[in-house]
Amino acid sequence: MSLLHWAVLSPFLLAIIVPFLYKLFRQIHTGWFVLILPVLLFTYFSRFISLTKQGEVITERATWIPSLGIHVDFYLDGLGLLFALLITGIGSLVILYSIFYLSKVKEKLNQFYVFLLLFMGAMLGVVLSDNLIVLYSFWEFTSLSSFLLIGYWNERERSRYGAQKSLLITVFGGLSLLGGIILLSIMGNTFSIRELISQSGELMDHPLFTPALLLVLLGAFTKSAQFPFHIWLPDAMEAPTPVSAYLHSATMVKAGIYLVARLSPVFAESGVWFWCVSIAGLITLFWGSFSAVKQTDLKGILAFSTISQLGLIMSLLGLGAAALHYDTLGENIYLAATVAAVFHLINHATFKGSLFMVAGIIDHETGTRDIRKLGGLMQLMPITFTVAVIGAFSMAGLPPFNGFLSKEMFLASMVNVLELDIFNMETWGVLFPVLAWVASVFTFIYSMIVVLKPFTGKLQLHLLEKKPHEAPIGMLISPIILATLVIVFGIFPNLLSSSIIKPAVASIQPNLVDSNFQVHIAFWHGFSPELWMTIGIIVIGIILYKTFPKWKRIYQWLPERFSLNALYDNGLNALERSASSVMKFLMTGSIRTYLLSIFLFFILSLGFALYWKDAFKLDTGNFAPIGLYEMVLAAIIVIGSISILFAKSRLTSIILLGAVGYTVSLFFVLFRAPDLALTQLVIETISVALFLLCFFHLPLLASRKEERMTFRLNNALISIGVGTIVTLIALSAHSNKLFDSISSYYLENAYKEAGGKNVVNVILVDFRGLDTMFEISVLSIAALGIFAMIKLRLTGRKDKS
Amino acid sequence: MELLMAIVIGILFMSATYLMLSKSILRIIIGTGLLSHGAHLLILTMGGLKGGSVPLLSDKVASYVDYVDPLPQALILTAIVISFGVTSFLLVLAYRTYQELGTDDMEEMRGTEANE
Repeated sequence: MSLLHWAVLSPFLLAIIVPFLYKLFRQIHTGWFVLILPVLLFTYFSRFISLTKQGEVITERATWIPSLGIHVDFYLDGLGLLFALLITGIGSLVILYSIFYLSKVKEKLNQFYVFLLLFMGAMLGVVLSDNLIVLYSFWEFTSLSSFLLIGYWNERERSRYGAQKSLLITVFGGLSLLGGIILLSIMGNTFSIRELISQSGELMDHPLFTPALLLVLLGAFTKSAQFPFHIWLPDAMEAPTPVSAYLHSATMVKAGIYLVARLSPVFAESGVWFWCVSIAGLITLFWGSFSAVKQTDLKGILAFSTISQLGLIMSLLGLGAAALHYDTLGENIYLAATVAAVFHLINHATFKGSLFMVAGIIDHETGTRDIRKLGGLMQLMPITFTVAVIGAFSMAGLPPFNGFLSKEMFLASMVNVLELDIFNMETWGVLFPVLAWVASVFTFIYSMIVVLKPFTGKLQLHLLEKKPHEAPIGMLISPIILATLVIVFGIFPNLLSSSIIKPAVASIQPNLVDSNFQVHIAFWHGFSPELWMTIGIIVIGIILYKTFPKWKRIYQWLPERFSLNALYDNGLNALERSASSVMKFLMTGSIRTYLLSIFLFFILSLGFALYWKDAFKLDTGNFAPIGLYEMVLAAIIVIGSISILFAKSRLTSIILLGAVGYTVSLFFVLFRAPDLALTQLVIETISVALFLLCFFHLPLLASRKEERMTFRLNNALISIGVGTIVTLIALSAHSNKLFDSISSYYLENAYKEAGGKNVVNVILVDFRGLDTMFEISVLSIAALGIFAMIKLRLTGRKDKS
Repeated sequence: MELLMAIVIGILFMSATYLMLSKSILRIIIGTGLLSHGAHLLILTMGGLKGGSVPLLSDKVASYVDYVDPLPQALILTAIVISFGVTSFLLVLAYRTYQELGTDDMEEMRGTEANE
């Protein structure tokens, strides 16, 4: 356990303490205690910047399941550090914001911070794990904590719906990721990412390579809300706004991006990877921005915008894979795509984080997030407005904000696609810049909607629940910090380029980045194609924004019932309906039906196996001879058990059962089993006494109605089937000797090892002593159950119903 | 002998199954009792019958091969005790069910957990 391990573990440990802090210090907002941890972690992780800058990595190992090759290996390189800083940095700001957003009187703060800390720890685990199994465990933990946080206001129906949806989709993806991980481990014989990367050349030719690639991508795409799995993210907006800012914009949804980036060195050389990642990214980019424009909920716009921006980063990572096919580093324009991806990842976290917090402030101060009701807040909330302008303009790609820089780099990469001559890009490549440009126009439009609709126009006080005023200063600190970062990164982008971006790019493209590689982000490139594209975006964007009411109708072309959401809802309903009809068919509540199916299955499966494997064998050679005495005993058992079937009175059947039991114990005597005979005699006596005791006290029941003939016939058929199968098995088991008996071991060692001459007893109390102890526990549980049943009286509850 | 025992076991299982499929809870319990007798004899028969002397070590027996197999006996001993536990539990369950619901018919008991 190193300090790095403790750093990842610390949020979990704090999560244990939080409920007590909440109980003990009710007058202090629990968030203040929680805030300390991410700030500490952020300073801890930022110390590593100087190390990773020089290309160094930190690896720490704690053994977990060594026999399976599973160790908790943490591996801190440029990419991991970038994410760790995002998680702790944005985490600190979000927790600070939440202190003012969530009331300490009304909200269940203990739960909220426990969930948030669980998420923080799990997410750190995802980005620092080198072992894929450990990564997967943390991965599922983030899905789980996201589920809990979306459903935080669990009294709301929409929250529960959104939580379930996100869980179903992300856990489905998680399962397929697990499949991919297992395939990878079969191919590479290791769970370690570094070891897989080192043998990526050989993995390419493995037949399982493509299935593993697709499964891993499925996991990444569901997590990062890529089309068509994006539908969970808008519904996840039911979570409290700090959660949306943190999980569903800055960190958790980027876990998929992280996975794609992290496994790029393994997969990226494949054409399938290039196509899947870049096309999925582009479609998501377009669809997200296109859908964002029609939203009326402020957070809904931001949700679709997040989807679209995630698609942007994803498509850049896909394009970056093309770099592997060009050796000349100096001219490698495709590596620039990876640089742009990393840079935009940071920028998105800053501007989208600030915008989410602005949306939260508006919601908090006015009581609504509906842009049709909002308007004219500029005068009332000047600081919030300023932050919103900075965030939204950065998102739209306007100078001098950081979004402008990464957007330019993105457009440049898309234009460069035209020069690609691999993977049939000559024919389809032109789609890339076109889709990117169209999506950017829509991005511009929704960015304007976000900032202009609530803040300009007419103030409609009668539509608002509260009289709006500027938010408390505490709530404004975090968005102001983020907005400052937006400007700082915009004006001085090279603050990041060698300290953060270059090491991260080096982790994604380890073979291409060497010491000569420099990241330099410049503001002015001259009148390049991307600048003209940006100007075009602004001009067309303004025109379309102004004329929005006129072309709004295109959104009605796709009817609601054909949407992906409808597909999800109908699918879920159909699943529930079919599950409940299957359950109604199987779980009739009648024990007879259950037994019938069990017995039928028993007959069919065993009968089929006997026939199919040709297992029935009759070996009369070693049969023991039959004496007269045994014949008599066998006849008693047969007559006794069959007469029970026809016995009219209960007493008769109990006595017949006793007779059969005693005969069985006589058989034990004949078959050289004195212990069994003794036990059976005692137990049989007690059983018969107990039977009589129980039923002596009961009044006679009204005589049973004659059951129908078919009922009896069915029972008889099934019973004869069971009897026949058991007879056949008994004979085959005796005749087939597949391996030597292990009994001789006990006979030889009973006296030597355990000092007992009664071998059966020695087996029970010595060799298999633990089994006997469990047997005693079963008896005690039965005894407790009996005691409870005798004491239990249901009369009290009867009155209620 | 094994053939005879196999048939006896088959008949025990058959009767047990028939009883367990009936509606009366008492008959079901008797069925489980018969079923455990059948299972015990089945285990014993699988190991081979009358193969030697009682598995009590003594100097008179020349070789370990001359004892009967002790392992099935140990298994059955455990099984007898467990099946007694199950039978007595079921019996008391049936007794209390009758006291509370006034019936011993499984079909009539259906759905009673919903409106208890």
